[in-house]
Amino acid sequence: MDISLIENILFAMVRTGTPLLLVALGAMMSERSGVLNLGQEGMILVGAACGFIAAYAGGSLGLGVLAAVAAGVAVSLVFAFIALTLISNQVATGLALTIFGTGLSAFLGAAYVGQTVTGFAPVAIPFLSDIPLIGTALFAQDLLVYLSFVLFAAVFVVMRYTRLGLIIRAVGENPDVAHALGYKVLLVRYCAVMFGGAMAGLAGAYLSLAYTPMWAEGIAAGRGWIALALVVFASWRTERILLGAWLFGFASILHLLLQGYGYEISPNLLAMLPYVVTILVLVMMMYRQQNQGLFAPRSLGQPYHPPK
Amino acid sequence: MALLMPQLVNKKNLRRLLGITTAALLSISASVFADPLKVGFVYVSPIGDAGWTYQHDEARKIVEKEFGDKIETTYVESVAEGADAERVIRNMASRGYDLIFTTSFGYMNPTIKVAKMFPKVKFEHATGYKTAANVGNYQARDYEGRFLAGMVAGAMTKKNVIGYVGAFPIPEVIRGINSFMLGAQAVNPDVKMKVVWVNTWHDPAKEREAAESLVLQGADVLTMHTDSAAVIQAAEAKGIYSVGFNSDMSAYGPKTHLTSSTQHWESIYSAKIKAVLAGTWKPEAIWHGLKENVVSLSPFNPVVPAAIAEKVNAYKAEIIAGTRAVYQGPIYDQAGTLKVAEGKSLSDEELHQQNWYVKGIDGKIPQ
Repeated sequence: MDISLIENILFAMVRTGTPLLLVALGAMMSERSGVLNLGQEGMILVGAACGFIAAYAGGSLGLGVLAAVAAGVAVSLVFAFIALTLISNQVATGLALTIFGTGLSAFLGAAYVGQTVTGFAPVAIPFLSDIPLIGTALFAQDLLVYLSFVLFAAVFVVMRYTRLGLIIRAVGENPDVAHALGYKVLLVRYCAVMFGGAMAGLAGAYLSLAYTPMWAEGIAAGRGWIALALVVFASWRTERILLGAWLFGFASILHLLLQGYGYEISPNLLAMLPYVVTILVLVMMMYRQQNQGLFAPRSLGQPYHPPK
Repeated sequence: MALLMPQLVNKKNLRRLLGITTAALLSISASVFADPLKVGFVYVSPIGDAGWTYQHDEARKIVEKEFGDKIETTYVESVAEGADAERVIRNMASRGYDLIFTTSFGYMNPTIKVAKMFPKVKFEHATGYKTAANVGNYQARDYEGRFLAGMVAGAMTKKNVIGYVGAFPIPEVIRGINSFMLGAQAVNPDVKMKVVWVNTWHDPAKEREAAESLVLQGADVLTMHTDSAAVIQAAEAKGIYSVGFNSDMSAYGPKTHLTSSTQHWESIYSAKIKAVLAGTWKPEAIWHGLKENVVSLSPFNPVVPAAIAEKVNAYKAEIIAGTRAVYQGPIYDQAGTLKVAEGKSLSDEELHQQNWYVKGIDGKIPQ
């Protein structure tokens, strides 16, 4: 293997991992606040469709990204209202959101199938992109990939070093105590879910405006589910989400590359891998939970009834 | 009425009464008015601006124009294969449609099932292999278009490596790969081909990654057998040539898209509608190609030299005239075994069952 091949693989790995990273960061934030939103796939799709439509009709990629984020937030608000205000079952609501988002995006995007926009092109950062091996992978990507780095750093800092991060975690661990301390549990959860919606919408924009600048029904192709698995895989830790997203990206690139070099791995086996990993992690988590500490936010997925 | 005859007009009777009235009305309307022939189409994906379903809908519009008020058409798009398809087809049949075209492979069993319930309705199913008393099937000889498109690709590659993104290793896709390769070899004996399987019909991002992995392996002309135009886009971004499929995909690669192998269903739809109108319809399995103009090539990119275009057109004329077959022996497989002897060609049945690669293609077919 020569250097340029490795550079190419790393480049593709970061690009493939980006939508997963964005969605997983958002999902993690919402889960850290105690809300399990299985509607990621639906939110990505609505974001991708709205982003593409806005960019196509408005002639501006920036507008497209804004529309995608706004659409993601709007759809997540539907979820938040039903799951948090009306206190419905979060799992069922999330699944319904995915089905709803899939249908809505297909409906909205129907007239735009087959249209094209000029998507985000890679922008090489001078000097940094010349670093051997990792330069192109990290510093010759498009703007949305750079944005994903910034957002990663922001989430990392917020969760680890700020009071806000502590509040979010407190709400997710023990909402009653957080409430007793005077924090508005529902408000925090609403915000976390909306942040998740924004990130999923952004991931949608990445798919329909940067990765493959087109709208096609079902363009998310299961990435929402992989991102949800990724959050578990990363045991709700920001830095592990980054590694996990790139690892998943690497695995899917590798599968395509290996074929070309004559290695045979059953594609079904590789397709299974993320789910196998998730099951393994869940098993591990249960084991640890029974023995000592735990990874998952303690009130994850549990309905919260604010005291009257 | 309900007040006068409460004992007669219970729920059950009312329903029966309604049923009789509706049936009577329907039979009156059927006999008194010369209704237009009602023709229904079931599509697997949104119509959009390009692709498999788009081509079917273009054909629907053409026959609608051709027959004017003699027919009335409708369509349902984005119908998932399986149970949903059965519901949609049954609904169409029960609403009095006389001829129903179901345009995806996965509609085969639902079509046969519904056809049994509606023996008077005629059904035509695309790309399947089953027929019944009131079900015919029709297909396009895509591979003839693939062969011609392969000639263009073979002539335009500089590195002599063609990249092919495949969905699933099934005979239909393998046939396309082999045909494309045979076409490329007809103009360029040194050409090689690499195939990458993505194991999905539709994941644009994955199709794009597959395309780029082929570029990494040295391919400088790309084509695919998947649903989206992501491969064409990827080629345009990399500045290398591409060949499309289903419909003209030049919009996705204005500079680099060479041509697309396309399908045009109107001749089949027109013939079937005529037959039903004349009362001569019978179930049959038809497989039409270049000759019937069901398969064609989209206009060439100006970068394709005139000499190549001429050669492709000459081969096209020979295939149409029946003096040349796409699978004309001698053809060897990867191991060098003679698959088609000199002077022979493959029968339709053998064409349907391909599970081997022709010589010159890299890699193995995943099992």
